[in-house]
Amino acid sequence: MIDIDFSAQPLPEGPAPELALSHLDTLWLQVTGTLCNLACRHCFISCGPKNESHPFMALDEVRRAVETGAAMGVKEYYFTGGEPFMHPEIREMIALTLEHGPLSVLTNGVLIDEELAAWLADTFERARYNFDVRVSLDGTTARENDAIRGRHTFEKILAGAVRLHRAGLNPVFTVTTCHAELAESAGRQRFFELLAERGITRPRLKFLAPFKIGREERRGGAYAPYERLTEDALDEEARRSLQCSSCRMVTAKGVYPCPILIEEEGARMGDRLEDALAPIRLDHPACYTCFVEGVTCRT
Amino acid sequence: MSHLRRFAIFGGVYNNFLSLEATLAEARALGCEAIYCLGDMGGVGPCPDRVFPLLRESADLFVMQGNYDHSIGHRLEDCACGYTDPRDNYYAQISYDYTLAHTADEHKDWLRDLPTEFRRQWGGARVLMSHGSPRQVNEFLWESMCPDSFLTHLLDEHQADVLFITHTGIPWQRRLPDGRQVINVGAIGRPANNGRTSVDYALVEVEGDEVRVTLRPIDYDHQALAELMRQEGLPEPFVETILTGWWTTCLEVMPARERARGRY
Repeated sequence: MIDIDFSAQPLPEGPAPELALSHLDTLWLQVTGTLCNLACRHCFISCGPKNESHPFMALDEVRRAVETGAAMGVKEYYFTGGEPFMHPEIREMIALTLEHGPLSVLTNGVLIDEELAAWLADTFERARYNFDVRVSLDGTTARENDAIRGRHTFEKILAGAVRLHRAGLNPVFTVTTCHAELAESAGRQRFFELLAERGITRPRLKFLAPFKIGREERRGGAYAPYERLTEDALDEEARRSLQCSSCRMVTAKGVYPCPILIEEEGARMGDRLEDALAPIRLDHPACYTCFVEGVTCRT
Repeated sequence: MSHLRRFAIFGGVYNNFLSLEATLAEARALGCEAIYCLGDMGGVGPCPDRVFPLLRESADLFVMQGNYDHSIGHRLEDCACGYTDPRDNYYAQISYDYTLAHTADEHKDWLRDLPTEFRRQWGGARVLMSHGSPRQVNEFLWESMCPDSFLTHLLDEHQADVLFITHTGIPWQRRLPDGRQVINVGAIGRPANNGRTSVDYALVEVEGDEVRVTLRPIDYDHQALAELMRQEGLPEPFVETILTGWWTTCLEVMPARERARGRY
């Protein structure tokens, strides 16, 4: 094993780059704020049953944001939280959003019972635009997954996803690669095998790098001082490929540049979507992860 | 009576010289005064070099560069599809390596230097043709992923009344509430994941200020193409698509809604 002394890395010099919004393609909505039925150890916004830092959005707030986004020509919508299916009005929110464009809902899958799976599959079938449900799963065994997402979650997540699949909606599995080997080809293959055993023979998978903030900072360590972006790091292509050049996140507390930074001091851009179209400064170390890993939150 | 003008627009040749011959023959028989190819000559079919004699140096043909043509033209290592699914990646690489190895240098150079958009004025309409989208060559514009308001934004931004695109391989057309139109012409190289062996192109009829666009199916000798694919040692899943009309690979990029209509 080779030891690398990162303290010897030269610290980046100069100001953080500024990034303009090219067009609002992607509108995120933090519909259940930071409230979640799980408290995963890698959660970059420390969501959990007791975190009310961002509360639930009201149905009217969602409607206003989606209608404003639609008027701006948004291409796709995402719901996240927290756990979106904890919201008592989530079905109304899904229905009204699908009138305007394609929607992905990010869930941990635990609350998807037979009745909800049937409703979601029926919604998928009827909607004018595409409707995706994205289920987070962080390992190919209970041991691997539950170490991150909590005891007994592996089987609950798979059960919810299998219900969806049987009802006719093939979910996207999102894997955060806290176990580094899962990012490798052999690790990915293990997911295909696991899901095939559960009857999901053409699975849809998405792999995401962890962000070293929120609860993940305590689990996996914080960013090192050298992990920062400077002006000279970004060429035009890199700027275009960063998701924050085309997205904003609406929560009950206002508008933020992206889904990652809603708990970060100074990241709030304004009350309304119209107030949040200005350029942003990529001065947070989490921006470094998006740049280095080529992260896009899109399906 | 006003004068009727006709045009044909197609994309996604994917080495399928037989469907290309059939498409060009129909377009010319219908009296199209110009024929537009929106790119992606290479892909899953056999004998890449057989498409170029049909495409090059015809006065009625205008050919654009797609993302695949960019990669082949610049001799890149892969098609840059970036699949997560190892199976999709495996087949995409076979398809790309085969096309790169069997495309003559002079054709690669020709692909490298092709234009990336066409603009025309037909009737009163500003017509724009792009490969993926007017803003990005490899942007997928799927029917289920394009809200009306997003398409309106694209047309405003790029000053067009009628937009033609390809890249996804599945055709669709939409007239927006303001009367403007977006048409994905699909692909002539492989069927549209609909269980039919025919492929699709767009026939445009301009009469006065009216621009009418019809997506038309093209039958060609798909059995002969499948036979030649086998002779060339191309993977059997590619042959299955040609023979059945159902996609077997590269499904990962397809939205759930379009994918649910297919067999896989």
